[in-house]
Amino acid sequence: MTAHMTHLQRLEAESIHIFREVAATFSKPVMLYSVGKDSSVMLHLAMKAFYPAKPPFPFLHVDTRWKFREMIEFRDQMAAKLGFDLLVHINPDGIEQNIGPFTHGSNVHTHIMKTVGLRQALDKYGFDAAFGGARRDEEKSRAKERIFSFRTAQHSWDPKNQRPEMWKIYNTRVAPGESIRVFPLSNWTELDIWQYILQENIPIVPLYFAKERPIVERDGMLILKDDDRMELRDGETVEDRLVRFRTLGCYPLTGAIDSDAASLEEIVQEMLIARTSERQGRAIDKDEAGSMEKKKREGYF
Amino acid sequence: MEHVAPKPAAASAVRAFLHEQENKELLRFLTCGSVDDGKSTLIGRLLYDTKLIFEDQLATLEKDSKKHGTTGDDIDFALLVDGLEAEREQGITIDVAYRFFATPKRKFIVADTPGHEQYTRNMATGASTADLAIVLIDARQGVLRQTRRHSFIASLLGIRHIVLAVNKIDLVGFDRAVFDRIVGDYRAFAKDLGFETLTPIPISARYGDNVTQRSGRMDWYTGPALLEHLETVPLASADVKKPFRFPVQYVNRPNLDFRGFAGTVASGTIAQGDTVVVAKSGKPSRVKRIVAQGGDLRTASEGQAVTIVLEDEIEVSRGNMLVAPDARPHVADQFTANIVWFDEHALLPGRSYLLRTETDQMNATVTELKHRIDINTFAHEAAKSLELNEVGVCNISTQSPVAFDTYADNRVTGAFILIDRITNATAGAGMILHPLRRASNVHWQALDVDKKARAELKHQKPAVLWFTGLSGSGKSTIANLLEKKLHANGRHTYILDGDNVRHGLNRDLGFTEEDRVENIRRVAEVARLMVDAGLLVLVSFISPFRAERRMARELMGEGEFVEVFVDTPFEECARRDPKGLYARALRGEIKNFTGVDSPYEAPEHADVHLETTGRSPEELTEALETWLRERGYI
Repeated sequence: MTAHMTHLQRLEAESIHIFREVAATFSKPVMLYSVGKDSSVMLHLAMKAFYPAKPPFPFLHVDTRWKFREMIEFRDQMAAKLGFDLLVHINPDGIEQNIGPFTHGSNVHTHIMKTVGLRQALDKYGFDAAFGGARRDEEKSRAKERIFSFRTAQHSWDPKNQRPEMWKIYNTRVAPGESIRVFPLSNWTELDIWQYILQENIPIVPLYFAKERPIVERDGMLILKDDDRMELRDGETVEDRLVRFRTLGCYPLTGAIDSDAASLEEIVQEMLIARTSERQGRAIDKDEAGSMEKKKREGYF
Repeated sequence: MEHVAPKPAAASAVRAFLHEQENKELLRFLTCGSVDDGKSTLIGRLLYDTKLIFEDQLATLEKDSKKHGTTGDDIDFALLVDGLEAEREQGITIDVAYRFFATPKRKFIVADTPGHEQYTRNMATGASTADLAIVLIDARQGVLRQTRRHSFIASLLGIRHIVLAVNKIDLVGFDRAVFDRIVGDYRAFAKDLGFETLTPIPISARYGDNVTQRSGRMDWYTGPALLEHLETVPLASADVKKPFRFPVQYVNRPNLDFRGFAGTVASGTIAQGDTVVVAKSGKPSRVKRIVAQGGDLRTASEGQAVTIVLEDEIEVSRGNMLVAPDARPHVADQFTANIVWFDEHALLPGRSYLLRTETDQMNATVTELKHRIDINTFAHEAAKSLELNEVGVCNISTQSPVAFDTYADNRVTGAFILIDRITNATAGAGMILHPLRRASNVHWQALDVDKKARAELKHQKPAVLWFTGLSGSGKSTIANLLEKKLHANGRHTYILDGDNVRHGLNRDLGFTEEDRVENIRRVAEVARLMVDAGLLVLVSFISPFRAERRMARELMGEGEFVEVFVDTPFEECARRDPKGLYARALRGEIKNFTGVDSPYEAPEHADVHLETTGRSPEELTEALETWLRERGYI
């Protein structure tokens, strides 16, 4: 028990410890940078962990070509401002076959552009450790995952046979081709993330704040019509609605929520009375029971 | 990028709420116990009753309960935590799940751990970071094998608070007698496990009795509901007086002008300007800066992840420790530890493993498996290997010295894991009991006439009687009287006397701490050879340090080391002063004199405790002789 530290200080110290452990023990680590709020917090923590040096690893964004335009703008701004080494990978097979969520469905799109794209990038650079922003409070199979989570040379996760993880002593040993996914935010909750963003004044993509945006209501989700690739179905209209996003991903797969929370304080206040979880807005988690675990076993983060 | 300013009302309300959140204490606990005792159901119930289940999660839960549930038409709360497909299909918990919840009083991280014996390692994972354990017992089953195993492992891992949740109390008709019997059984077997608090609560996780609110169905129970207890159980706060320990995790060297040592403070506090020592080399330096983004810190304490810059360019790398100069950790390449084994391939003495502490790593060998501990009876059993899920006490030898504390003193610097060098699996976890100061393993030449044969010829059970006590306490007088009696009775004996040995074998040694340690080591080795020769050896040495007496004990076989504490108060020894040494020491003419300016660590568990005040040497000798006879030494 560390009574002299606040809750966020304890979480921050734990995450910093994890970042440093990876830098000290792996030969080629990378941070997965997905541009969302969790990635923003991770980036902030990584800058702190190695201060006054820069983080001694590059940042990888696996792009799907369907991210919100504001995410891409924000990503490039942050890389320029902080001077970190940004790698962007898009699955070339996906480009060739012109894979997209409208034409191929969320399952195929996510598998090819995110899961396979990620595996390609990890193999291409030979990374032996990859940081991800997943939190245990997000989803049931994530609640079961270690902080240092072993992956075979095929990038697969074996949930029934995880390495014991005792104290803060992490087993970072891997054979050639094998790797570890590392989750510095494992013990953070959604509320902790927002509270920390507020406390540290961490920049985040403006999509998290309420604003009038062009919205199409489809299959019970509020989809932002981010470009012309989204074609309207019969009876659909685009209307300007005051909305914001709780999570960010590919725009056709990520639902907005009605909200007038335009500041961090208002977001936190809204969260405290929320009746649904943040992943509710994500199409991919609901395709089938245990779908997150299945994706993780295949190599998804 | 500037954030938008909030509406003033929202801002102040939210800030106030967050301030309150920030300063809540955190309790980390786990649920453990046997299969089907209702661990996952209990956590699901806690999350549900503390309103932490969102609507979409509840809808999924209702759907899943119909598909996989084991509770008929009711919601099966276990499905909230059993998140893996295999778990839901089989209706069991395989791996530990971490869940988070908060009440107005505290924040909680709960580890829901599996009950099956084959997944014990996952239970240990959950226990290694917990402060409290809820041990569940099915009221219909009572204390089971897994109840004992999990309680024992929780105890080994340093958990000091236990809640005994007697679950499914509804299924035994809320019967107080059943509850009392189970609590009695549990207390009986757990009495030696070192728990500070043990709180029994009768509950029904399925129906919520005594979980978040006191039940109206058990008038006889007047204690708190489970949540009430979790909110109020006193937590050990960081002990700022503990010695400073800073395992160096990462050397931050972006350019030639900056060299910082990054790590997390394991215990104690450090301030700018303080002197620290590098544990393995003993080299001192001072803290020049404690670096953090946004401005240097003046101090850093337990739990903080910081970067320390030293005044001097001294050699420090990952795996070493910066420590308090006046309270240093052990630095040794041999030690004794409790080990819990996790791997399908058994632990074998002589096999090489990778040993890893929080930041250090090297090759290590288990040189001796001293005993295995039976989970049911806690009895010590001889064993040649440790199988999956077994617990034992081992001597370990590392390729290079490690800096460490005992696990009892420090949960961070006293722990390690063993990694299989071929598969890279985390094969075991260790908790250090004490260091060993032994030479490297020289193989013993096997001889045909052995200790047993020699002892039989002499009709005695060879042993060392190790007399310890202050100078002038009467050690030599009593040893001398005892030897005369034993000799008269035809026993084969020898006295190793501190002063006499220093005339020959240890002529080259002085009275510094190192020399005292070496003095004892040599005497212990000579005593061991004499025991091997079948003798009763009387060692009369001040031997002020516990660690060296323990080292001597380690050298002998079971029952061959008898520690005799000759207990005479300092004032009395100084008054007697048979050699005039106290007078000289008190005048400052003799340095490092035990009891004056060098400490005497009294034995905590001496085999024989002789209080000399008011008793004659003859009486004391007779008492000792009786003790030896009763135990078959003579």
